[in-house]
Amino acid sequence: MRPVIRNLIGLAGFLLLWEGVSQSGMVTRTSLPPPSEVSVRLVELLGQASFLRDVIATVLAWLIALLIAIAIAVPAGLLLGSLPWLRSSTRALIEFIRPIPPVALIPLIIITIGSGPEAKITLAVLAAVWPILFNIIYALDDIDPLLLDTARSLGHRRTRVLATVALPHVAPFAFTGIRLSAAIALIVTVSTEYLAGSEIGVGAFIIDVYTTVNGMDEVLAGTIVIGIIGYLVNEGLERTGRRLFHWSDTTRVEALT
Amino acid sequence: MPTMLEVRELAHRYGTGPGAHVAVEDLTFTVHQDELACIVGPSGCGKSTLLRCIAGLIRPTEGEISLHGDVVRGVPDDLAVVFQDYSRSLFPWLSVRGNVEFALRTRVRGRTERRRRAQEALSWVGLEASASKYPWQLSGGMQQRVSIARALACQPALLLMDEPFASVDAQTRADLEDLLLRVRREHGSTVLLVTHDIDESVYLGDRVLVLSKSPASIVADLPVDLPAQRDQITTRSSPEFVKLRTEIARLLHDRAPAVGEPEPSSAAEKFLAAERAEKEQQSTRSGQ
Repeated sequence: MRPVIRNLIGLAGFLLLWEGVSQSGMVTRTSLPPPSEVSVRLVELLGQASFLRDVIATVLAWLIALLIAIAIAVPAGLLLGSLPWLRSSTRALIEFIRPIPPVALIPLIIITIGSGPEAKITLAVLAAVWPILFNIIYALDDIDPLLLDTARSLGHRRTRVLATVALPHVAPFAFTGIRLSAAIALIVTVSTEYLAGSEIGVGAFIIDVYTTVNGMDEVLAGTIVIGIIGYLVNEGLERTGRRLFHWSDTTRVEALT
Repeated sequence: MPTMLEVRELAHRYGTGPGAHVAVEDLTFTVHQDELACIVGPSGCGKSTLLRCIAGLIRPTEGEISLHGDVVRGVPDDLAVVFQDYSRSLFPWLSVRGNVEFALRTRVRGRTERRRRAQEALSWVGLEASASKYPWQLSGGMQQRVSIARALACQPALLLMDEPFASVDAQTRADLEDLLLRVRREHGSTVLLVTHDIDESVYLGDRVLVLSKSPASIVADLPVDLPAQRDQITTRSSPEFVKLRTEIARLLHDRAPAVGEPEPSSAAEKFLAAERAEKEQQSTRSGQ
């Protein structure tokens, strides 16, 4: 059976279960509307200009945050990974900042930079730099010394070896980091919209319909839109990764079969 | 024949102070131009350390190495290394051709010239048809042929090989040995090959240098009086081959001749006598 079909069967099973629970009366219909109702609302929403603006605002903030995170984490990871003294002198600071949940910083961010798009972008960046940063540092640690010896014995100087061996070796790891960061950035973007009282964005839409009209069907429709965006982003990045790094260990098995 | 490689009183220690590990001690030997010299020694005797010193990858603690008269400081330009672990020494993100071209990047100007030279080197090892494949798509033997092509592509003055055939199956190994003999006959390369396999050292070498256990030092320097054209079956069963391999085996494993066995041949005996004399001298000195 093809993986696509298997995936669809799983999805259909989940929707059936949801429909069943919702129709059975175990929960009230208003608190958990069935997918048949939610999908109707979803289609309606996708025809509304205001909802589409929310979607675009969220996607745009997410994209900007991810790009900024990449621009910070890639050079920082390369530096920290290749300069052990820098890494050991920043370890305490990094390990202190890293476990702080970005949403815990919402009050601080609102006071310092307000609750506009800058807020969600800042928080999403803060959350998204880590997977990229650490994947690059670990990948640099993980280079086979024999590969470096080979390059040096073939006349490549130490500094050149960084570009000709270290960068290609690190690339697939960095890309995996970017894929993880993309998901985290989306979660943080929407959460911030939701919690920081943003004017616009899918998160703002959800909290708005929940508090003003208590429309669970619209809340769920908005949630599904976020799920679809996340799925498409991950799928797209995974495909790109497979094409770019077909030689890498993680995709090799699939390439051979 | 002019001297290609000269190693003088080489010693290398890892670490300092009383805890230091002496890998190589007082090694002196030369390799002549167009010669294939094999270094054979027990596992862990410091063969790889010696090779890495010659390749300029590590700086020896003492002694000097010179390649065609120039003292080695850092990695020499006209030297290439084939490592045992082909799967770890080929760049997985480069195609077969890309791997060979990698060796030419710092040495040959012009993309087309590099491509031509790479294709040529691949044809020497019979892999011209696999140029656009990736290393992981090839068998172990083919991967090691890529390493050999990569090393030969830059036409090195000296080709160093560190147990190059130790990680492949027996049949592939025999094929690769014959490939090496053919390629060096056709291109007149100077090769220094390190192995722990006595038969391989005799089969491939013009000369066999026997190393002692760690710290490594030269125990014997034996010329191989076998015809240049060698054959896996006839050469390996010839009396000269058997005699030489027995002699080396005895040097490596059981230094004292066993009862009832024939007398060891001259080189081994000379070495043993010299060593015995040295030991006696040392004990008398320490007794004083």
